[in-house]
Amino acid sequence: MTTIALAVRNLLRNHRRSLATVLAMVIGSVSILLFGGYVQNIICGLQTDYVRGGGHLALQHRDYFLYGSGDPTAYGIAGYAHVIDVIRHDPVLAPLLTVATPTLDFGGIAGNFAAGASRTIFASGVVVDDQNAMQRWNDYEFPGAPEVLSLTGTAADAAVIGTGVARVLRLCGPLRVANCPEPTAVPTGSDSHADSNLHGDALPADIRRLASRDAPSDDGPLDGTHIELLAATTTGAPNVARLRVTKAVDLGVKEADDNFVGLHLPAAQRLLYGSAMPQVTSISLQLHHTDQIPQARQRLDELLATTLHDVPLAVYDFRALNPYYGQTVGMFKAIFGFIAVLIGAIVLFTVGNTMNAAIVERTVEIGTLRAIGLRRAGIRRLFVCEALLLGAVGALAGMLIALLVAALINHSGLTWTPPGRIDPIHLHVRVWGEWTLLSGTALGLLTVAMLSAWWPARRAARLPVVEALRHV
Amino acid sequence: MDPLILTNVTKTYRLDKVEVPALREVNLRIHPHCFTVLSGSSGSGKTTLLNLVGCIDRPDSGEIRVAGEPIAQLSDDALTDFRLRHIGFIFQNFNLLPVLTAYENIEYPLLLTRTRAAARKNRVSELLDAVGLTRHAQHWPGQLSGGQRQRVAIARALATAPALVLADEPTANLDSQTGAAIIALMRTMQRDFQATFVFSSHDPRVLAEADDAVLLQDGRVTSHGQRRPQPVTP
Repeated sequence: MTTIALAVRNLLRNHRRSLATVLAMVIGSVSILLFGGYVQNIICGLQTDYVRGGGHLALQHRDYFLYGSGDPTAYGIAGYAHVIDVIRHDPVLAPLLTVATPTLDFGGIAGNFAAGASRTIFASGVVVDDQNAMQRWNDYEFPGAPEVLSLTGTAADAAVIGTGVARVLRLCGPLRVANCPEPTAVPTGSDSHADSNLHGDALPADIRRLASRDAPSDDGPLDGTHIELLAATTTGAPNVARLRVTKAVDLGVKEADDNFVGLHLPAAQRLLYGSAMPQVTSISLQLHHTDQIPQARQRLDELLATTLHDVPLAVYDFRALNPYYGQTVGMFKAIFGFIAVLIGAIVLFTVGNTMNAAIVERTVEIGTLRAIGLRRAGIRRLFVCEALLLGAVGALAGMLIALLVAALINHSGLTWTPPGRIDPIHLHVRVWGEWTLLSGTALGLLTVAMLSAWWPARRAARLPVVEALRHV
Repeated sequence: MDPLILTNVTKTYRLDKVEVPALREVNLRIHPHCFTVLSGSSGSGKTTLLNLVGCIDRPDSGEIRVAGEPIAQLSDDALTDFRLRHIGFIFQNFNLLPVLTAYENIEYPLLLTRTRAAARKNRVSELLDAVGLTRHAQHWPGQLSGGQRQRVAIARALATAPALVLADEPTANLDSQTGAAIIALMRTMQRDFQATFVFSSHDPRVLAEADDAVLLQDGRVTSHGQRRPQPVTP
């Protein structure tokens, strides 16, 4: 008769109380696992969004991250094609890499001079095919087809803009932007020119000349979907590109909707660098898996110190470039930890209560065991073993039920729209495959069960034998 | 060697702020292989004396030697091990472990002494046979009558072949017929297994069976008389 066998029989003897305790543990572990699975899914989703949008790593001019937002062209990467070529052909990096693509981000002013409207914007010039390839990254196996960039298949002078930009530039009609009532602006003295433009005045001649200088052959009549994008060149001189807006996109964040202009990389480079050597502000590198970041980063650091030492570059991972990711992950982990602690406390008191009741009921037995030769440690071991068995059964049953409930939720077709997204996504709870979460919950439950039994077991072991035998 | 020697043993209980002397300067020597009964009125100190010699309580002063060993200086673990090897207990309420069968209850002390499986099996079978419960080996305590439970308890007390078996009112919870059978069994077991039995009892039939009788009154031994010739030590 081992301690475990004796513990099992003691638990079965009072099966109702044991069942109630196991049930409390099951509810606790299922709650932790489901919430943990939900949090894990949010984190995976967020990571997927960032990795699809900007890759795992970015190479930037070493001062761009801190100072580039003020003057991006001053911190461009001149020989970016060579850098990408070196990376793509590097024997260490090549197997890790899915996409290496340049982007050119800059600020400027977008105007619809036909409507007399303009606003400051943040533009991004991209290689559409590369961006679409990055959208196919799906390491966490999210359902659904990858998104296709709105610029796909468009002409070289095409652009997409945020819906907020479209509203301000009075492009709601042609671009079919919803929720676009006619504004009632407070008239100011400076609006007189804009007012006249609203009545159909054409682009000012100087701006029109600038816009047409580097533009493709289409210099035709303004049809209501063209905008003029004004930016400063590397020399500080203004330059204007006339772009054909093909679509207004809802980015899910008003700040982005009110500022975003997306265009093809060559068009962006022509605007900023003219006939000079084109540059980019960033080279995005997407890897097969997120856990390859340290390896890729180490190799990049080696390359920057050797082959690419003449290019002043720095490597950033997506977490450094997007502090919101870390903040969101931290927030969800804190909530998860808080809930886990609360549930742990409930389990702690439940098991402790069960053990206390068992000790009161079995005081004479404890006295008998001690009298016939079981040491104090044996009594402690017996009660802790009973609690651990309860914990093990609770953890195992909790895991199985959580997996079942998660599977039901995942196949229920429920959807939700997370912050920063416009399309609802499937409600998915990641429990299966999350071995750290599963083992951590089981281990946590066992630890809590053991801790909750420790004090009652200690008390039972320290009962004077005579008093225990006398207990009624 | 006498299995039990008490020298000037005193024990006082404190109830709230009142001190109640349970044993006062008790001197006692129990002869080996004897069937010794402690008698006396309620509160005379019988159970206290049994607790002290059973090493489940400690005296305030005086010395107790069990199987030749002074037990006062033993740690709790050492005392527990000492009980396991040298002392058997028979309780008034049988105190069998309800989750163990009759066989397992008898086997349990042998598991604590880490006796080999084959030796365990032989010993338990021998004891079950001796108490006449071979057919009930796999019965749970709840499936046994009071007399049968006490038989299992007697077998358990003898499992590790202790020098001393202590019984506190072993027939108190049994009807007279069963009580008489248990006394007879204990007497037989004491002779067959060469153990020293010390027990407390009011039962005149027990007194009639005793080799030795110790009368306690107000915590003092007032008489200690040999009722029968001491058995010859083999």
